[in-house]
Amino acid sequence: MLQIEHLSRSFDGVLAVNDVAFNVNEAEFVSIIGPNGAGKTTLFNLISGVDQPSHGSILFDEKSLVGLTPDQIARRGIARTFQNGRVFGNLSVLENVLVGAQVRRRASRNPFRELSGALFPLPAVRREEADLRREAESILAQFGSRLTPRRDDPASSLSYANRRRVEIARALALHPRLLLLDEPTAGMNLTETAEMLEFIRGLKARGMTILLIEHKLSLVNQLSDRVIVMDNGAKIAEGSAEAVRDNPRVVEAYLGHKRETEVIR
Amino acid sequence: MDQFLRTLFDQTINGLVAGNIYALIAVGLAIIFGVGNLINFAHGSVYMTGAYVGWYCVTRLMLPLPLAFVAVAVVCGLLGLIIERFGLRGLQGASRIAPLLATIGISFMLDQLVQIVFGVRDESFPNPLPAFRIQIGGGSIGSIDLLIAAIGIGTATLLFIFLRYTKLGWALRATAQDREAALQMGVDVNAVNQTAFMLASILGGIAGLLVGMYYLRVDPTMSFQAGLKGFAANLLGGLGSIPGAIVGGLLLGLIESYGVAAFGLTYRNLFAYVVLIAVLVLRPNGLFSRGRRLPPEPLTGTFISNRTRLRVPARVIAAGAGVAIILPLVVRDPVLLQVLTNAWLFGLVALSLTLITGTAGQTSLGQAGFVAIGGYSSALLVLRLGFPFEVALLTAGLLSAALGTLLVLPALRLRAYYLAIATIGIGEIVSEIIKNWDPVTNGAVGLSRIPSPTFFGIEAYLPREIYWYSLALLLVAALVVWRLVRSPLGRLWRAVRDDEVAAQAYGVSLYRYKALAFAVSAFIAGIAGAFYAHMFTFINYDSFTSSWSVLTLTMAILGGLGNILGAVVGAVALTALPEVFRGLSEYRYLFYGLVLVLMIRFRPQGVLGAE
Repeated sequence: MLQIEHLSRSFDGVLAVNDVAFNVNEAEFVSIIGPNGAGKTTLFNLISGVDQPSHGSILFDEKSLVGLTPDQIARRGIARTFQNGRVFGNLSVLENVLVGAQVRRRASRNPFRELSGALFPLPAVRREEADLRREAESILAQFGSRLTPRRDDPASSLSYANRRRVEIARALALHPRLLLLDEPTAGMNLTETAEMLEFIRGLKARGMTILLIEHKLSLVNQLSDRVIVMDNGAKIAEGSAEAVRDNPRVVEAYLGHKRETEVIR
Repeated sequence: MDQFLRTLFDQTINGLVAGNIYALIAVGLAIIFGVGNLINFAHGSVYMTGAYVGWYCVTRLMLPLPLAFVAVAVVCGLLGLIIERFGLRGLQGASRIAPLLATIGISFMLDQLVQIVFGVRDESFPNPLPAFRIQIGGGSIGSIDLLIAAIGIGTATLLFIFLRYTKLGWALRATAQDREAALQMGVDVNAVNQTAFMLASILGGIAGLLVGMYYLRVDPTMSFQAGLKGFAANLLGGLGSIPGAIVGGLLLGLIESYGVAAFGLTYRNLFAYVVLIAVLVLRPNGLFSRGRRLPPEPLTGTFISNRTRLRVPARVIAAGAGVAIILPLVVRDPVLLQVLTNAWLFGLVALSLTLITGTAGQTSLGQAGFVAIGGYSSALLVLRLGFPFEVALLTAGLLSAALGTLLVLPALRLRAYYLAIATIGIGEIVSEIIKNWDPVTNGAVGLSRIPSPTFFGIEAYLPREIYWYSLALLLVAALVVWRLVRSPLGRLWRAVRDDEVAAQAYGVSLYRYKALAFAVSAFIAGIAGAFYAHMFTFINYDSFTSSWSVLTLTMAILGGLGNILGAVVGAVALTALPEVFRGLSEYRYLFYGLVLVLMIRFRPQGVLGAE
């Protein structure tokens, strides 16, 4: 489904992503791990179009994503969350999720339709909006009582953990064919992390294709069909969680080795 | 051929001399941008103050020229300190657009103060230098050219020595490079800021004095253009770079000079603004940098925070509208009705701004351009093509939307701060085109005998008829904006405002939605301009100056950005207050500037709260 080959991105001569190649198959759960500064988030930025590669190709359903804008890539069915929680602070929780459904709105491709729909909403437009609202509410309900009671609160008033949940809810509203999760449990305590683990397990059980960046290895071990290890921008190992764990290069990357500088991002 | 060479030589000298002055202004802006990360829009006003102080010393106090330079340096240096204190220091940590707006407010105040102190007339400024010219080949160089060149080279050298070899100079460079690190190393950042503003303002003031001597006159509207050109020069060489500012200034001077030789004197300003937009869009880091992107921007484009929003019940709003509608039946005072009619028209523009800047987060400082397009379109459609007013009004709105969006389109990929500056340039370009497109716009003469507004064939010319007509337009526009803001479209605009990157990653096409916001905003502003043209029956290039842009933005900020009722309340307050307090109307710009500075400092979310 997703095929990445020879992918590189350099910033002023520093290779943040260096000749990376891997595939993600339909309904597969792939995790990317690696120390800070390994280039994981840059990789996500390249796939989602937030950043453009210096070299290499990214194919999604055999079609290239290179050169597309993030909104075009979202339209192809790729949704992502952000490492540091980018919710729309002044929008309510429900509105945040509704923005996630943007690519499915009929008016989203036609500004004139958008304008006329806003000024003179015909029944079809109202129905679409009502349907999306109902669906957004049901997505919120999947998080138990975490988000539903805060449906109308501005997202800026939420706790850190809840912002991460809103991000995931927003991503689900896109009906993604490929979901990119960037450290969904960062900053969460043990209970919250366990809850998130179950939630993601549920997504996997539904057959969703997921690419996950995560530092918490227990989470990675429990969820992943395959693990990719990155260090210094390059892929250093790939395989099952067990196989990767015993790979000497991975051990070295995690437990320290001689390295002059570490790029801290 | 000989004639051509002589012209070329003369234009090169002219260009270099003007360029030297732009460089002086640009260097000041660069120093301030370096340490404060701020484009100081009051810089043009400091420059004008310098020109007037110098003029006063030479022609009224009969001081010798060197003393005039000292006086200019002292006065402008002090001004610099004041600007730093009020334009920057209190706003550290606020959104980057806040100090920019504060300096615009300060420039309003300074401009009016200069006019109050020195009178509002153009003054001639006889050249106090010995009159001689050196003949070189076919051309000649005058004493003033030499003086300007000497001062240009002299200040560049002094500045170089100061930055390279003094402790304070090091501190200044350190702060410019990394403010936090400088602070940690014990650099007194406030002292550095003060020095930077003082130095920059002295340079700006001297530039003003030199310009007065060069063109033999000073005039009270010279500030805005100078500031913008200094900024264009600075941008050309790379924002914040001092050598870049010098080269950029000289380049801009040459571009203008050759442009004037090729196309005529009236095109002078147009070149600067086209250069401004082109550089912003194509090479935002200046001509000499590798094509890196602009420095990163804060996530939110404006200083929106909805925590303190005042909820006004619908009943109160309806009652207010009712009172406004009934008012002319009770009050017959034509002056009051005229003032309120102005308020409704300003309210329309403020509404258009609250939509684009408040809801969609795209700060526009060029709204006057949209108003002007509307005004001229409607007037021309009626005068030249015989359109009925009602049709012309709507067509003017559509034209303003189409042309306005087209002009903004290349700048849309810029983030908030730089977009705001691009819109100033766009507003000025519209005004320059109007000034120069004689066959259509009648150039400087303008359009007169524009027929009064009609409503389905019935002419509206009594004050209260005009009042009702404009009020109706405002109410309809408010209703339209209200619907838009509360629709899914409004939701997407607010998402773009809150976080562009996230919005785009979820499928929101930024170009499309920003362009749509500008189109609606320009439509409303265009309608206001059209009505204005027919109400006054006369317009020229001076009818829609950049002060419209700033004034209406002040209104929107006063009421609360993104707040529809706030835009109307802000417009009424700022239009009516100077009239209510008669004494104030003479100092209205002082008052507007003060309101802007105070609001941004103490209540950026506005009286009614941002939405």
